[in-house]
Amino acid sequence: MNRWLPRTYLTLVYLLLYIPIAVLVVFSFNDSRTGYEWGGLSLRWYEALFNNRAMVRAMWNSLWLALSAATVSTLIGALTALALHRYRFRGKNVLNGMLFVVMMSPEIVLAISLLAVFLLVGLQLGYVSLLLAHVTFCLPFVVITVMARLSGFDERLPEAARDLGANDFTMTRTVLIPVIMPALLAGWLLGFTLSLDDVVVSTFVSGPSYEILPLRIYSMVRVGLKPEVNALGTLLLAFSLVMLILSQWILLRSKR
Amino acid sequence: MRNLMQQPFRTAVLVLVWGWLLFLVLTPNLLVVGASLMTRDPATFISLPLTLDAYRQLLNPLYLDVFLNSLYMAAMTTLICLLVGYPFAWALSKVGKRHQVLLIFLLVVPFWTNSLVRTYALKLILATNGLLNNGLMALGWIDEPVQLLYTEFAVIIGLVYLLLPFMILPLYSVFEDLREDLLRASHDLGAGRLATFVHVIVPLTLPGVLAGVMLVLLPAMGLFFVPDILGGSRNLLVGNVIKNQFLDARNWPFGAAASIMLTLAMALLMFAHKLSKRRIGEDGV
Amino acid sequence: MKQTLLTLRNLTKQFDGKKVLDALDLDIFDGEFLTLLGPSGCGKTTLLRMMAGFEHPDEGSITLGGQDLTYTEPEYRPLNTVFQNYALFPHMSVFDNVAYGLKMEKRPKDEIRQRVEEALAMVQLEDFMRRKPHQLSGGQQQRVAIARAVVKRPKVLLLDEPLSALDYKLRRTMQVELKRLQRELGITFIFVTHDQEEALSMSDRVVVLKDGLIQQLGTPREVYERPANLFTARFVGETNFFPGTVDNTNDDDTITVDVFGLKRTFRKPDFSVSPGQPLHVLLRPEDIRVLAPSDEDGVAGKVVERNYKGSTLDSVIHLDDGTEVLASEFFDEDDPTFDYRLGEPVRVSWVDGWEWLLPAEPEDVPEEDAIDA
Repeated sequence: MNRWLPRTYLTLVYLLLYIPIAVLVVFSFNDSRTGYEWGGLSLRWYEALFNNRAMVRAMWNSLWLALSAATVSTLIGALTALALHRYRFRGKNVLNGMLFVVMMSPEIVLAISLLAVFLLVGLQLGYVSLLLAHVTFCLPFVVITVMARLSGFDERLPEAARDLGANDFTMTRTVLIPVIMPALLAGWLLGFTLSLDDVVVSTFVSGPSYEILPLRIYSMVRVGLKPEVNALGTLLLAFSLVMLILSQWILLRSKR
Repeated sequence: MRNLMQQPFRTAVLVLVWGWLLFLVLTPNLLVVGASLMTRDPATFISLPLTLDAYRQLLNPLYLDVFLNSLYMAAMTTLICLLVGYPFAWALSKVGKRHQVLLIFLLVVPFWTNSLVRTYALKLILATNGLLNNGLMALGWIDEPVQLLYTEFAVIIGLVYLLLPFMILPLYSVFEDLREDLLRASHDLGAGRLATFVHVIVPLTLPGVLAGVMLVLLPAMGLFFVPDILGGSRNLLVGNVIKNQFLDARNWPFGAAASIMLTLAMALLMFAHKLSKRRIGEDGV
Repeated sequence: MKQTLLTLRNLTKQFDGKKVLDALDLDIFDGEFLTLLGPSGCGKTTLLRMMAGFEHPDEGSITLGGQDLTYTEPEYRPLNTVFQNYALFPHMSVFDNVAYGLKMEKRPKDEIRQRVEEALAMVQLEDFMRRKPHQLSGGQQQRVAIARAVVKRPKVLLLDEPLSALDYKLRRTMQVELKRLQRELGITFIFVTHDQEEALSMSDRVVVLKDGLIQQLGTPREVYERPANLFTARFVGETNFFPGTVDNTNDDDTITVDVFGLKRTFRKPDFSVSPGQPLHVLLRPEDIRVLAPSDEDGVAGKVVERNYKGSTLDSVIHLDDGTEVLASEFFDEDDPTFDYRLGEPVRVSWVDGWEWLLPAEPEDVPEEDAIDA
């Protein structure tokens, strides 16, 4: 086969994927109000963004939510992966299946079911409901990441540690956790990003007491064009990029 | 049999995990099933008696139209993703290992980027006096702006843009596993390119295709914010209907019934995926 | 002079209703190289894991120098293990791997450094201290695993098929190396393997295991030359089994046995024999003599396979009654009669006195011929 045909095709698709992002970044520095013509270089939209107190609060709320959701889901997810890996127990396949279903379910199905249960138990929609929901949809991803690491884990390592005089706790601290650490970090970063990006589930389970960034963006972009969104989008993009590079770096380093 | 972790620890972990899944996965889903069988109630959302009204309402021509239209848009999205993604994944699997890492990275960057922001970025391009129209006019291909935004076309483009990586990644992974010697064996046994494609490549990559379809088709029916941002009032997804029923119209039974339809579609696709894997001797999920 | 160090009594273990160890008794001497030999599933690994503390017996006890260890956790046992696939900690350097056990003992830093360096010098890896395990070859990883275990100065070193992942040549080198190490350290080595050649060449004593029962316990020579039963004979080395019938018991502590119609005189075995009793005549391939067809001695047969093995020439010969005979002769270029071609008629014989006799076991004998034990 011609070598150039596939390469041209790959390049073309990548261009299509990245043109909108590039346009967004360029326009975030555009002085023009209309958002269609170039009006010169300016940082005015970034300024407007940071002067918008509701926006800044939503940003902090989102960050805090993503931090806590990622941490809780990593903790529970890692324990779940360990349990699935090490223990034989009844209903193991059911547990596995449930996690798979959560991962594959359309978000909106998960969203309404969570809304239903929160209303049933009378939980005030806000930070707690968001946290519970976000941990739930992050959980399978963490479990899978940690399981993948554990499946390559030599069963004899914990035994070797015990044999050399380590008790259960010391073995966990000095062998088990260091070995699965890259997966924990990768899982945490994945959870953080998923949480920060989520619109669908959050739309249903958030309340007026705790406004988060994606919902704020959502309400802004539904009608017309808002130049501040370009600036915000560029910041979010840069942030995701840093996170992604970080996680790839951790994974690559652990393989070496 | 191995008792390396103490029993109390094991019990605590299992209770935590099961508790979480029972309370936040199983119960909620059962509630939705229950809600779909109840009667609409403006005050308490749902009330007795049990009824199949919600499911009957799904067949109401007005909604049936919306669902079929949503299914059509999702199917178009999936088809475009497959047509674009299949050769893309193939070409990607042929790239040298060193570049492949970077290319995969570039493919997942959008996945890690806020999807609302990316949908909004499309708006900049598709708007009446947006970049695309301006560009085409500058080239002299069109004389006046074409209405792109707030159309079915825009919604499908938006869905494709958001979901393409989900089609490509599973396809890439099956192409990576596709062994070169199988293709050579097929050629050696007298099959031409087309015959090899039909008899060897397609069956072996089918699980990837179905995984991709599953990852694209279902969200393409649920991502309600895409039509909200890019579509007109008539380009609704099932997701929009569910959202309206739950958050605005307060008709929970109907929204729940619609969501159960989505779940059933998911179950069907998962089943097909499993079958296709079993056919080539890779069991499990 | 041989002092018992480790005493195993009545060890019994079941997994899912299947008996893996069956009331096993064993005394292990201080400073010996003992090998547990047997096919997979014979219980040898379970036995080793029990000594290490990773499994506990359903019944029975393990004592070391009078101290009961049966239910002691692994970290409190003065035994250390070299694992099958080494189980080196991938996130630690070679130094840290070897130092791990000493750190657990909370030894002072200087002592740890010195002892780790000594241990690594002993396995000739002092220049690799800063490497990570995956930067080492299989043989080097093996040495690290050994150093990591012996640095703790255990009373007993347990080795779980430690050489199985190495290629043939490296395995030979490591066998010599392990033997040297054991002599230098003077500690007890308990070595698990399914490779009979390895077991014979390294051990002071070999324990042959099958279905959780000890089939034979003895020196390599005893096990090879005087197998206790058919299983051991078959498992340890290649053997020809010729069916024989006792013809007569003689006064001079010999018996006459009918083999392939030949009357041969053998030493009287240590089991009771009476005329008419069937038994097995065991002859190792190297005890077989292949003679020219014109020779008077032996049984007629035909060469069906010839394999040149360097120092020996191995043949498969079919006797006229269909019995297959393996023969292994030392190669001698000067002997013109030595080289038989395929299909050529030959005669098969042996030197009386090199044979080993075993009673026919019930499952080997047709009902009507079975004798009372």
